[in-house]
Amino acid sequence: MIVATIAFYIFAGVAIAAGFMVIAARNPVHSVLFLILAFFNAAGLFVLMGAEFLAMILIIVYVGAVAVLFLFVVMMLDIDFAELREGFLQYMPIGALIGLIVLLELLLVAGTWTLAPEVASLAASPIPPMADVTNAEAIGQVMYTQYVYFFQAAGMVLLVAMIGAIVLTLRKKPDAQRQSIPDQVARTAETAVELKKVEPGQGL
Amino acid sequence: MAELWTTYGFPLFIIVGQSLGVLVGLLLFTAYILYADRKIFAAVQMRRGPNVVGPWGLLQSFADLTKFLFKEAIIPSSANKGIYLLAPVITATLALSAWAVIPFDDGWVVADINVGLLYVLAFSSLGVYGIIMGGWASNSKYPFMGALRSAAQMVSYEVSLGFIVVCVLMTAGSMNLSDIVRAQDTGAGMFGWYWLIHFPAFVIFFISAIAETNRPPFDLPEAESELVAGYATEYSSTPFLLFFLGEFVAINLMAAMVTILFLGGWLPPFDWGPLHAVPGIIWFVLKVCFVFFLFAMVRAYVPRYRYDQLMRLGWKVFLPLSLGWVVVTAGVLVAFDLAP
Repeated sequence: MIVATIAFYIFAGVAIAAGFMVIAARNPVHSVLFLILAFFNAAGLFVLMGAEFLAMILIIVYVGAVAVLFLFVVMMLDIDFAELREGFLQYMPIGALIGLIVLLELLLVAGTWTLAPEVASLAASPIPPMADVTNAEAIGQVMYTQYVYFFQAAGMVLLVAMIGAIVLTLRKKPDAQRQSIPDQVARTAETAVELKKVEPGQGL
Repeated sequence: MAELWTTYGFPLFIIVGQSLGVLVGLLLFTAYILYADRKIFAAVQMRRGPNVVGPWGLLQSFADLTKFLFKEAIIPSSANKGIYLLAPVITATLALSAWAVIPFDDGWVVADINVGLLYVLAFSSLGVYGIIMGGWASNSKYPFMGALRSAAQMVSYEVSLGFIVVCVLMTAGSMNLSDIVRAQDTGAGMFGWYWLIHFPAFVIFFISAIAETNRPPFDLPEAESELVAGYATEYSSTPFLLFFLGEFVAINLMAAMVTILFLGGWLPPFDWGPLHAVPGIIWFVLKVCFVFFLFAMVRAYVPRYRYDQLMRLGWKVFLPLSLGWVVVTAGVLVAFDLAP
């Protein structure tokens, strides 16, 4: 088990260091790259816990798609960071105050945290041993039975978010030239080419 | 101490040995795939192709290798040096590490993991980072345009690749690549493989695989008529070699994935005694070569797509088709109680 322990400390340590660098890096592109490193190490931690399905989904969804879009946006930003940092000292007291309030609130919430009595039975819901079924089957067995409504609700939220994003970004540009693929495909030699006899000295 | 050796030392030794074996074989294969690519391209254009270095030009790839290694590595003065050099390393490493789960024969696989299919999908989708980082770190216009195009293109085509992979794993009932190949061994030879029952998915997967690896006709990220050489414009010497290597290893990976998912991996084409005597890896390599030949022919014959048409094809044609095929597959499996 000693190798697993060493691997755990490496993954956890790198994840925390990368997480710190996300906010400490001066260049936003470096921040996103550190975020990706943190995701990667989180996936490594999942693998150590035997949750390889979650690890792969984390990499495919967060690293392979979401972080690419982050990087896409951040690369296009043209920010002068010296300018952004100018007012830093001026705003620091207010920022520190807000941070303190949020920290206090979090502590208050965490201090009064108790587990509802019925949750204990849910957590103990029979998860088959890993030797019998694979990760994907074990997740599927609870997700599509016990938690099917939550699953559907999450799907609806994502659908609404997707439609919202499309509505916000879709603009009708009346003067844009568009290609109609069916029209394009339906063209034949007869409709596309026209032969004209041009008399000398007259033009068309 | 002896216990540590038997639990960790010896298996580590074996894994390192297997990985080295796969790596050397793969790099040699890639060298000749490169040569084959150029020869096929030349034959289509009625040229001779590489024919000077070695007999019939067989050593051309190795000559190119030494050329790349001994040239000077130029780093643009305003480039982001760390990321500029990291990008090609990431491309090559990710492309090579995906091969850890590819089964070459029954049991011939470095890491026989349960989520092999997802692992390959994850690593091929990470390939975009090398390109996007290289394009950004070059601090130059054409590489940046190439990186942006590449990011959009790979994210678009990954979606339909993912849906088709879902169809295959529903039919096979496993995400382990070896189990997927075994599920295609139905006794009907090549007619039991998934290319027949999943034919539309097979075609979409083939085209999406070309788009995912930025091969012509979808090589918009490095379209030389528009973007000089796209993300690789500023690269030279070994960093360029790593980009090039990563790209070709990723193409081989896609050919191997088509082979495993649709062409029955290491299985012989007919269920006939003597064909089973041939080692499975030979069938596997032959099928990969066949798929690569198709990739090369597509490259030679089809003109490059325009960027908006590429996006249209991905989102408006392949995405609905592959999603529909998921519904059809699931429906048939449930209706006829065929689900494994």
